[in-house]
Amino acid sequence: MELSLFQYLIRRALQSGVVLLVTGLIAFSMFRFVGDPVENMMGQERTDADIELLREKLGLNDPFFIQYWNFLADAAQGDLGISFRQGRPVVEVLIERLPATIELASVSAFLAIIVGITLGVYVAIKPFGWITNTVLTVSLIGVSLPTFLIGIMLIYLFAVELSWLPSFGRGETVQIGWWSTGLLTVSGVKAIILPAVTLGLYQMTMIMRLVRSEMSEVLNSDFIRFARSRGLPEQKINFRHALKNTLVPVITVTGLQLGSIIAFAIITETVFQWPGLGLLFIDSVQFVDIPIMASYLMFISLMFVSINLIVDILYVMIDPRLRIGEAS
Amino acid sequence: MIEGWREFVRSNFIYSFSRAPVAIGSFVIASSLILFAIAAPFISPYTPYDPATLNLMNGFSAPLAPNAFTGDVFIFGSDDQGRDILSTILFGMRISLFVGFSAVFLAMILGVALGLVAAMAGGVIDAIIMRVADIQLSFPSILIAMLIYGIAKGITPPEMRNEVAIWVLILSIGLSDWVQFARVVRGSAMVELQKEYVEAAKLIGVNRVAIAFRHIFPNVVPSVLVIATISLALAIISEATLSFLGVGAPPTQPSLGTLIRIGQGFLFSGEWWIIFFPSLALLLLALSVNLLGDWLRNTLNPNVGIK
Repeated sequence: MELSLFQYLIRRALQSGVVLLVTGLIAFSMFRFVGDPVENMMGQERTDADIELLREKLGLNDPFFIQYWNFLADAAQGDLGISFRQGRPVVEVLIERLPATIELASVSAFLAIIVGITLGVYVAIKPFGWITNTVLTVSLIGVSLPTFLIGIMLIYLFAVELSWLPSFGRGETVQIGWWSTGLLTVSGVKAIILPAVTLGLYQMTMIMRLVRSEMSEVLNSDFIRFARSRGLPEQKINFRHALKNTLVPVITVTGLQLGSIIAFAIITETVFQWPGLGLLFIDSVQFVDIPIMASYLMFISLMFVSINLIVDILYVMIDPRLRIGEAS
Repeated sequence: MIEGWREFVRSNFIYSFSRAPVAIGSFVIASSLILFAIAAPFISPYTPYDPATLNLMNGFSAPLAPNAFTGDVFIFGSDDQGRDILSTILFGMRISLFVGFSAVFLAMILGVALGLVAAMAGGVIDAIIMRVADIQLSFPSILIAMLIYGIAKGITPPEMRNEVAIWVLILSIGLSDWVQFARVVRGSAMVELQKEYVEAAKLIGVNRVAIAFRHIFPNVVPSVLVIATISLALAIISEATLSFLGVGAPPTQPSLGTLIRIGQGFLFSGEWWIIFFPSLALLLLALSVNLLGDWLRNTLNPNVGIK
């Protein structure tokens, strides 16, 4: 069956919609069935009539799917309920924490891409030699270590022993509208270095290995041999011809990794007490703050689904081979 | 029995094992750590969670140095309560390994069963199972484990939370990890189902359950073993991560991750040994199991793709 690009996009969008509906259903069920909302809201002094009245008022007597629909409609309008623990609207809490996580994730993704591609190209061009061996060995160890141990090791080295960098928090932040940024102050920039390196290390190794394998493959292909025989300078062959052809898989994999950077930020944020969404989520799991947990779930799945969708679309657009006769 | 053993010793498997120093090394380290953990109640120098044997004066003893007040010597030092670090590691490893093995076992049962069902039933059932697997695979498993942990914690009444924490942990890691098993089992089963001997078995009227277990299952065992070993390393790290974050093993039953969490508090005051030795134990355990899994994959079944 042949699919046009348009049909393919429609189908992917529908699939993403289904995933979002399912995660929404899970989030709703958490709200509705983990703990009794009426029990949470009413005091000790109450009559059965009061309870019935409140149930009616909250819509708890409606059929399940009506309730689910109302929940989705509220969520779409930015009403995600009130945090059990903080007593404030969940949306307010999420927006307050969002900038910290976005900044951390972007800085570490940036580091991972720059360092990963540079090292990957180097290792592919010079496959033998001690620098290559060291880089490969260190990266192998780095991948096998759990993220939180890497964080602790960095804290021990740079905060305890050398006391160059702070071990926790965001440093001084500057408020720009509703966005609080730590990237404009010296202490803020110092504070982001260790968490960003910890978070980006895994992605960095992945990008490096990917660039290395793609590069070595391309470097052995006919058109590179042809470029060599034409007498083009080595520099030009490596960067103009070879690197350009390795970038398609690198872009897709890096894109797909963005979602996991946000998810793994949970661990890094806990190690460094970074006041972002991940730390908020861990606190909510510890204190069973269901509205926060459920909203975080919806937020992160929205994030994942849109990233996957965008990467898929980009992939089809960049690589024309995928467009012709997309087999189902 | 003896003939079988001889055959095993002469097999390619043992031959390539004897030629792989990394495999031998990691097998020795992994199996001795597992043995130490099992034997913890007999070999550990102290019983760290029995208040009667603890002496607060022993607190913060450095490794191998006699304590200033009591003169007691602890190989790996002692923590703030005067507990012997070596003993807490041995008992902590027990919990880490128990959770790891149980979670992988759960994931394996679930994944193999769902994979076989998907392959044999086909059609809508297959599509549903594999779609769920796809969705779950697009999220990091540690995130799913945290979520399951949170929900399970919400459902259990507060006074029971510490008691069931270990089981909740096993459940959440196990449920987040079945997808690899299901995918590989389904793939191999689909291939087997095309073969003539399965057709023949169907023709003579063997029922589907018997075909699944007698004919299909033995063919997927090597791949399942490879995934199980690699999953064990991942499960140990997941468990440590969850416990480190405070959403795992309870303080009454500390695993390696809990010990590292506790030790982090003393990082700045100079008692490095409280965090160093548990981290080292976790590292050795995870690394050796991981290397063993890699070797198994290359030797037994180079086709099993694991992310």
